[in-house]
Amino acid sequence: MHRYILKRLLLVIPTLFGAAVLVFTLLRLIPGDICEMRMAGTGGYFDESAIQTCREEMGTNQPMLGQFLSFIWGLMRFDFGTSMWTGQPIVSEIALRFELSLQVAIMATIVAIVVAIPLGTISAVKQNTWIDYVVRCISIAGIAMPAFWLGILIILGLLITTQHWFGTPWMPPISYRPIWEDPLYNLSMLIWPAVATGYRYSAVATRMTRSALLEVLREDYVRTARAKGLWEKLIIRRHALKNAMLPVITVIGIEFAFLMGGLVVTEQVFNLNGLGKLFVESVSNNDYTMTQALVMLVVMVFIFVNFVVDICYAWLDPRIRYG
Amino acid sequence: MAEDIFMKAEAMTATALSADIEAELAAARAPFFKAFGKWVRNQPLGAGSGAGVIVMILIAVFAPQFSPFDPVVSNYERLAEAPSAEYWLGTDQFGRDLLSRIIWGARTALFIGFTSAILGATAGLVLGVGSAYYGGWVDLLFQRVMDVFLAFPLIIMALAVVAIFGTGAENVIIAITIPFVPRCARVVRSNALSIREMPYVDAARALGYGHLRIILRHMVPNCMAAYLIMLTTFLGQAILLEASLSYLGLGVQEPTPAWGLMLQGGAEEYAESAIWIAIFPGLAITLAVFAFNLFGDAVRDTVDPKLRAR
Repeated sequence: MHRYILKRLLLVIPTLFGAAVLVFTLLRLIPGDICEMRMAGTGGYFDESAIQTCREEMGTNQPMLGQFLSFIWGLMRFDFGTSMWTGQPIVSEIALRFELSLQVAIMATIVAIVVAIPLGTISAVKQNTWIDYVVRCISIAGIAMPAFWLGILIILGLLITTQHWFGTPWMPPISYRPIWEDPLYNLSMLIWPAVATGYRYSAVATRMTRSALLEVLREDYVRTARAKGLWEKLIIRRHALKNAMLPVITVIGIEFAFLMGGLVVTEQVFNLNGLGKLFVESVSNNDYTMTQALVMLVVMVFIFVNFVVDICYAWLDPRIRYG
Repeated sequence: MAEDIFMKAEAMTATALSADIEAELAAARAPFFKAFGKWVRNQPLGAGSGAGVIVMILIAVFAPQFSPFDPVVSNYERLAEAPSAEYWLGTDQFGRDLLSRIIWGARTALFIGFTSAILGATAGLVLGVGSAYYGGWVDLLFQRVMDVFLAFPLIIMALAVVAIFGTGAENVIIAITIPFVPRCARVVRSNALSIREMPYVDAARALGYGHLRIILRHMVPNCMAAYLIMLTTFLGQAILLEASLSYLGLGVQEPTPAWGLMLQGGAEEYAESAIWIAIFPGLAITLAVFAFNLFGDAVRDTVDPKLRAR
């Protein structure tokens, strides 16, 4: 197992390094000078000395290799520099929002797991019955429906039902309070985006649970278990579901990393001040350093999650470790 | 006498056999519509969604003929009007007909969807086959590079590209195409690895054909199954991605009609006054992606049931 972890870890390093190179080059691919772009974007007044100061601040007047090395050195210390838009250190800007996004991501994952595993199991056990068809339709729709539209529908539904029942429209609160300070307030705010992003997530996981379980249910050992008269529920829970969980865990892990993408859009809908919103703002403000830092952050999370999934997979299925 | 009967029997089985073979050959050469009919019966969902896709394409192509109003001209006397006999789906906050905008939006969505899916899948096909064909350190290097690209979630990569090139339809196509390339290349590569070992590739090499000819004429056509599967998978994803980018204001820009853009106004504004503005464009996106996904599933099952693409 240790060997396997080490092997996987060694594969992570070149990927991370490559991603850093790519992200670094992205910033240099921008047509024209970043500083000129920035000046043109803000006022249109060109001042040679201002551009010079800007270049010095950005470090773009230094040789490329030196810039790259300081970028990597910064990454290692989680120092992404300062935002070109607000002038604040990027780390503190990110730290402000990280908690909220992480909470939504975790809640969406919980929603997905709680919904997907039972639904997928029922759908597989009762294959080709009306329950199966309903579940499959729900999950296909979940994959087709854009998360942001679902978010809009949830807000509309909330506004209209509260208007109808209580006379005044109610919206989820917008300013964030941590869950340990005011759990009710926090949940009433974040449960909706979690559901909006979790729906797609659970749809993918439900489909995976169903197909994996269907495959396992045809295995010989399930037939043996049935032949010896084991209680069907026990067969499913202990023999089938456990073995069907491997691909489901992979999908849940990969989707967790994709969630970061889903959050970008959902946070916009619910007006949440999270990482996704920061990302969109930094792209539309031409805040290149911030964009660069956020892309790098997401990639690091993505690679890390994939790594953890691989380890889980090997831990659950010894064949992979030795393979 | 007995021998005679034997002879006869043998002759009979022979003719029966040849008739069987004839029938089989005929079935193999069945006319297109017959084979098509069989496919429809085997894949009713796929056929239905395929019809939906064709209808969508027709709507997109003939948008000027189908749409009752100009999608970009505002009528300031009819702002945010409810669906009626004149405006079937109502009007938006600028007094533009929603139905017309959805029809023209289909054109935007399908144009961007098809262009980026075809570009991305084709680039992935050539790169994947090339990487598998050359093998060795080229393949190794290529795989690591693809790993790096795959470490970027789809929309993050797209946003990063938009950050560099800016917004607008052409840049959206670039932004959607780039993340597709490695995803297709990886699937095609694993497929092409086995094709490289086929005798006909050896034969082509023995005949002294150049690398490019072997790749393009002998290997690429045999990777068509994987290519088609990835292509149809990308179509739905591209439409979804385009809608998301446009919704964020980082895709297609006003006044171009695009489904994501139509939802941009913010839901709370329309809760009481004009709920249809927030409903119909989203419904259009969902139905389009739904049809493309179902169609893609059917194509996957038909072309290669074993190959599972995410």
